[in-house]
Amino acid sequence: MSQVIFYSVITLGSVAALFAIILYVVAQRFAVEEDPRIQEVSELLPGINCGACGFPGCPGMAQALVQGADDGDISHLTCPPGGAETMTKIGSYFGLDVGATKETVAVLRCGGSCDHAPPRSAYDGPASCAVAHSTYAGESGCPFGCLMHGDCEIACPFDAITMSPETGLPVVDQELCTSCGACVRACPRMLFQIRPVGRRNRRVFINCRNTEPAVPARKNCAVACISCSKCKKVCDEIVQAITITDNLAYIDPDKCIACGKCVPVCPTNAIAATFEPPQPKPKTPAQPEPATT
Amino acid sequence: MAQLKTFSAGGVHRPDKKLTRKKAIQDLLPPVQVTIPIRQHIGKAGTLLVERGADVLVGTPIAAADGFISAAVHSSVSGTVKKIDAIVDAQGFRRTAVVIAVSGDTWEEHIDTSNALIEDIPPDRSVILSKISAAGIVGAGGATFPTAVKFSIPEGRSVDTLIINGVECEPYLTADHRLMLEHADELIVGTRLLMHAAGVGRAIIGIEVNKEDAIALLEERIREKTRDGKIPEGFISVVPLKERYPQGGEKQLIEATTGREVPSGRLPLDVHCIVSNVSTAFAVYQGVQKNRPFVDRIVTVTGEQLVASGGGANLRVRFGTPLREVIEAAGGVPESTGKIIMGGPMTGRAVTSLEVPVTKGSGGVILIDKNLARRSAVGPCIRCSSCVGVCPMGLEPYLLEKLVQRGRFEDAEREGILDCIECGSCSYVCPSNRAILDWIRLGKVKVGELRRERMRGTR
Repeated sequence: MSQVIFYSVITLGSVAALFAIILYVVAQRFAVEEDPRIQEVSELLPGINCGACGFPGCPGMAQALVQGADDGDISHLTCPPGGAETMTKIGSYFGLDVGATKETVAVLRCGGSCDHAPPRSAYDGPASCAVAHSTYAGESGCPFGCLMHGDCEIACPFDAITMSPETGLPVVDQELCTSCGACVRACPRMLFQIRPVGRRNRRVFINCRNTEPAVPARKNCAVACISCSKCKKVCDEIVQAITITDNLAYIDPDKCIACGKCVPVCPTNAIAATFEPPQPKPKTPAQPEPATT
Repeated sequence: MAQLKTFSAGGVHRPDKKLTRKKAIQDLLPPVQVTIPIRQHIGKAGTLLVERGADVLVGTPIAAADGFISAAVHSSVSGTVKKIDAIVDAQGFRRTAVVIAVSGDTWEEHIDTSNALIEDIPPDRSVILSKISAAGIVGAGGATFPTAVKFSIPEGRSVDTLIINGVECEPYLTADHRLMLEHADELIVGTRLLMHAAGVGRAIIGIEVNKEDAIALLEERIREKTRDGKIPEGFISVVPLKERYPQGGEKQLIEATTGREVPSGRLPLDVHCIVSNVSTAFAVYQGVQKNRPFVDRIVTVTGEQLVASGGGANLRVRFGTPLREVIEAAGGVPESTGKIIMGGPMTGRAVTSLEVPVTKGSGGVILIDKNLARRSAVGPCIRCSSCVGVCPMGLEPYLLEKLVQRGRFEDAEREGILDCIECGSCSYVCPSNRAILDWIRLGKVKVGELRRERMRGTR
């Protein structure tokens, strides 16, 4: 009996010793040198692997940062969820400037709520915007508007988006949004845009993506942009932030000073602002356009 | 009796509901105004040939084919072009169409509008092909692929069998059935024209046995013509097929009639077959023998309530006629209607507006009752494999659905998602009422995008 134990220990022990030697030699011969800074920078990053920086997860970003530090410039790299705080930490780690990080937030550009764009047909398929979009224009008939099935709500890794039961549209919680861009990719109608939060959270943007001409656009939605260019006229006197292409106005967030003067002149209320816009002077009241339908 | 032919894999059998089978084809007079989309086919939209205010006759070209895979469009009425505008199509998306205000019904002079049968076919096959192309004929079975392109057999490829699709396996639809009964002679001439164009010596007309009268009539006419020496023995034959959906699918029909199987990702041409619908063959007869462009088609208007109240019809409708007019002519929309489908009940799609025009691919309008219009509640997949059993392409629909839901399009591609013919058998049999086909359709679009991206990358 003791002989069996003796031989087993000897055999298994020598096999283990042999493999240990092989493993040691291989580890020495084929060792991969990894920059220790990558691990350290990874720990400074939020570690949520959202991909908003454009790299595959936080280790990918860390690698890019180390690469950038070797080249002497990391100002082109930003971590949207980490924000200025994270980037300052990384900057002091490398002893380099990180450039100004602009605080950004995801913005929905559609005002086609249940009231403004009432349903004309009933969709009966799977509750997915992607499927609905591949099938038809949508319940309101607007082929550019929100489909209200909440693909963005599911895609958001930070629970920053909730579908409002009143309007049917998604609502972005600015506190939770890290502008990682998951909603931008999830929306089949490309309704989300990452825009700067603006000074004192003042943002102005065109709340519509419809490129149809005025009449069909207004037929499906009361708050569609009809490209009347009234907003452009107002803005041209101040900062020229508004351009009109394909029957749709666009406000350049880099030029916009969020004065809000374009908001009251819009005849269809297609311009949204995150603050109370200035009231128009009494001599030029905003004329509500008669309903076309 | 010998066993009836059919295809081997999958398929479903359901009550055929051919409620309008006894209704003779009626001509629907041109409406006050037609809206003719310039793209009614697969491929590139044509280039506009008319301007606002132009006077047109029936058969005047309004759009010319642009590029290889494209088709001409002709005015289906005589009148004045009112405007050229983007109109809402059946799915609610906008596309360019020509709106024509109708006055009178004058045809272009070169068109033979008589009913006389012309049996002598042009000896030159290029003449046939150019006439098919000029007439703007596209596959009328629903796929709307330009017929002239299909019959231009590439150099080095050979075809030995032409299959004429008279299956009409979708429930409710009877347009092709009525066409075979009322235009059998024209259909045979059309078949001969297509045979000559493709250079084949054998044609098979596949018809399901629920259309016994059409089978008998066509067989009799073919016998007569063989006896009179107009066509050789065994030139055209009628093959009765067992009732089974989706037998009208191109690949299913080839297998059912010839026993040949089209490999995955290949075309009927690879097994030396070419398939055309009976409506297409009829349009070819009119286009080649009568110089009559493709301006109208037979549309079945049906539905349980509609037929019960004495309505329902097989109408010859000019392209561009709004759906509203077509339904009015067949008895109007019954009170209890909950959904209107354009096309067949299995592959067709619900429309969002009654102003949608009838186009080259629309063979049926089905009015579904309210109690049948909504889908039942969806349950979880119980892995019963019913969908696997009925898939005529041998795919695993439940798996494809899951892969698409998870965004795993590469895996879906490997599982053969692009082989799906979108027949809807999987969704039809699913005991959990899962919308399997909706997801697969989305997956096919995404995989298509992926492939195009890949092609751009390697270039």
